[in-house]
Amino acid sequence: MSGVIALGRWTLLAAGDSPVHDVSIFSPASNSAESIASLSILVLAVAGLIFLVVEGVLFYSIVRFRPSRVERESAPDTEPPQVYGSHPIEIAWTVAPSVIVFFLVLVTARTLWEVNAAPPQTANAAGVLDITVVGRQWWWEYQYNSYDGRPLGFATASELHIPAGSGGVARPVRLTLKSADVCHSFWVPRLEGKMDAIPGRVNTLWLQTDRPGLYLGQCAEYCGTQHAHMLIRVVVQTPEEFEGWLENQSRPAVDDPQAVEGRRTLLSESCVNCHRIRGTTAAGNYAPDLTHLMSRQTFAGAMLDLDRRNLRRWVRNPQSIKQGCLMPAFGLTDEKQDLIVRFLATLR
Amino acid sequence: MAVADERGGFQREPAGASAAGRPAIVSALHEWTTTVDHKKLGIMYVAMAIFFLVVGGCEALLMRLQLVVPNNDLVGPDTFNQLFTMHGTTMVFFVGMPILIGMANYLVPLMIGARDMAFPRLNALGFWTTLFGGLLVYFSFATGGAPAMGWFAYAPLTETTFARSAATDFWALGLVTSGVGSIAAGVNFIATILGMRAPGMTMTKIPFFAWTMLWTSVQLLVAIPPLTAGLIMVLFDRQLGAHFFDVQNGGSAYFWQHLFWFFGHPEVYILILPVFGMVSEVIPVFSRKVLFGYEFMAAATMAIALISLGVWAHHMYCVGMSRTLDLYFVVASLLVSIPTGIKFFNWLATMFGGRISFASPMLFSVGFLSMFLIGGLTGIMLAVAPFDFQLSDTYFVVGHFHWVLIGGTLFGVFAGIHYWYPKVTGRMLSERLAWWQFWLLYLGFLLTFGPMHLSGMLGMPRRIFTYQPDRAWEIWNQLSTLGAFIQAPSYAIFVYNVVASLSNGKPAGDDPWDAWTLEWSTTSPPPSYNFEVIPTVHSRRPLWDLKHPDDPDWQYE
Repeated sequence: MSGVIALGRWTLLAAGDSPVHDVSIFSPASNSAESIASLSILVLAVAGLIFLVVEGVLFYSIVRFRPSRVERESAPDTEPPQVYGSHPIEIAWTVAPSVIVFFLVLVTARTLWEVNAAPPQTANAAGVLDITVVGRQWWWEYQYNSYDGRPLGFATASELHIPAGSGGVARPVRLTLKSADVCHSFWVPRLEGKMDAIPGRVNTLWLQTDRPGLYLGQCAEYCGTQHAHMLIRVVVQTPEEFEGWLENQSRPAVDDPQAVEGRRTLLSESCVNCHRIRGTTAAGNYAPDLTHLMSRQTFAGAMLDLDRRNLRRWVRNPQSIKQGCLMPAFGLTDEKQDLIVRFLATLR
Repeated sequence: MAVADERGGFQREPAGASAAGRPAIVSALHEWTTTVDHKKLGIMYVAMAIFFLVVGGCEALLMRLQLVVPNNDLVGPDTFNQLFTMHGTTMVFFVGMPILIGMANYLVPLMIGARDMAFPRLNALGFWTTLFGGLLVYFSFATGGAPAMGWFAYAPLTETTFARSAATDFWALGLVTSGVGSIAAGVNFIATILGMRAPGMTMTKIPFFAWTMLWTSVQLLVAIPPLTAGLIMVLFDRQLGAHFFDVQNGGSAYFWQHLFWFFGHPEVYILILPVFGMVSEVIPVFSRKVLFGYEFMAAATMAIALISLGVWAHHMYCVGMSRTLDLYFVVASLLVSIPTGIKFFNWLATMFGGRISFASPMLFSVGFLSMFLIGGLTGIMLAVAPFDFQLSDTYFVVGHFHWVLIGGTLFGVFAGIHYWYPKVTGRMLSERLAWWQFWLLYLGFLLTFGPMHLSGMLGMPRRIFTYQPDRAWEIWNQLSTLGAFIQAPSYAIFVYNVVASLSNGKPAGDDPWDAWTLEWSTTSPPPSYNFEVIPTVHSRRPLWDLKHPDDPDWQYE
């Protein structure tokens, strides 16, 4: 019950969002993104200074050393004094950039150790949320392993829910990044720099923020046809809201008596080969877990708003919406499509 | 054959029928396809590059049109992905490298007082493998579509599981083939520059462009073989069932990234070092001053060539290396900026106190200086690993490397082409058209690639065929597209100028710029044997010595 309330509250929150989402690297919402942003501003400033000085000298030379018409006509063939070089000057402008480089290396090292700090907690320590993120063509799977020392064991897609730190208690989230097919890259600019999900390799990324809200991102490593539609939505909730969300997600799928026929239809079609709906015989592990489909705001790699109309279009022919995606059009009758969508709409 | 004569340059007018009674066109074709003359090969390299420049440019315009509004469906995802793959491959392998190798082919023997390259037949082989490599890559369209994996083709997208058509095979074969050409060119330049210099031209007296070509060639020899090896592994995987990059069978996707970037980073210096050489020839002549700090410039070139062999993984900060490795690559990458800075300051010092004239070669050189600086500075930002965790694979990177490759390489190449065109053809390019070309390119370029830095910092990843309307990226993409269409006519003007000036251009004479290196001492165009008498050299500016016998250079070097 509390889960539903929390969900409702979050929906209200989302409705208040401005229509344009900020995904700038200069609007950090976590310590780590903040320390990257401040390093970035420092480096931009250094570069800006070099730019002004060097372009200034260039511009000055162009203006100052371009002979006027009079000069050109009065002495057309005079060559200016030939200066072959100067060791002191060369040494000076070798040392000056070296000093700048040395300074940049120091500040870079500091930030590098700050954002990649070895986290004090182990994956199942108190307050830690442990998630395995699997990049797939073209959506993200989130396997919730444990939270606060409790084992979880469910999976969702498209939307990552995490708790915000509050009252001085941090809620670190440990993401173990894997790929099921090709290289992907997990990137939510306001929370963290990107980290690749490479097949055959396991990477770790820690997220931690105190600010609830919706943070957007998307796959940043080209991964095939629909790379552009491999979007990321991170929903940061207060710990209480997050508990409510967890409670709902941990339950098996709702068995709504009004959708019995739709449920039977879905389970008798090939949907079950790829999708999982916990509490039913659908146990595929290739496509998004649908157990609590309707608790999400979006689907299809977060490219579509989740409503019945879009679901119906999707079930009819996903290829007409997300060309090249790995779900084929099954050519089901209209009646079957209606039944399936009616059932899906009950999966709160 | 009246004009396809001993002068190795252009054949300027049809000549009725040849001595053998063949139509002129047939003799000309025969002449050009069988030639081993470094000048004809150089011209063909450049012509090939300009052809592919137009092709790659059209691909870019299509991409810019697709991105002009969010959720656009002008070209589908598959086409878009093929477009950026082919655009990148084309511009790097079939525009950038051939245009530089071609210009060097023409110029290096002339500048060092040689009659040809060291291995003329190898030279011809190099050109034809490069050309046919390019055609082979484009042959992939015949399989129903070009490859769609990006120019760095991250495994396992190249495996048969993800790339089922033969497009990827044509792509890999084409690059292996043109790689043979690049290695041949590298070997040839090294042998030529080390072994065929005019009497008196010690290694410390060679023209700066030849020096940069020497180090470019060293890089070619180090960088191309790993790429070739990697491509052959891809072909083994695809054709023979090997598992180099097939993760399901114990292959490694990560391994490809190292292999590729071990080639890929030196490659960007292969594309810029020769240009450093060209502007180092142009800036002194148009400032009427000797190149400032030749020895330091030379050392800086060598340092860039060597350090850049050890910085490749700054393309891979996000793969999850250790902090220590990250830091190593930060230090190595930032170190490159020191010799690059030295070069920059020396160019400025060369201009300082000179008598600068703004003929087209200098115009483009100043364009190069003002823009390449910015590309270098954004490079410093990307070298700083934590900043790159955010910027990697965004439009900022796209903005950065176009700034280097257009603002740097292309502006420098245009400076070089405007400078040496009179030597190659005996005619001047139209200065008025060059002025239009420069300003359209300059403004269009700023407008295309400037906004990309912003959209990148605003979170827009590269290589997406479309984007969501709610991300505030629209305006920057629209400006980019506008800029691209301002740039486009500039290339048309350039091509027109190059073609029309063959017959309309003012006669150039042997030495129109009052320059100082050996190529200006022979006729324009030079005879096929280049020099009637091999000149003897006493300084870095042999023609200065001739023109100023009272105050020759060798007193000061």
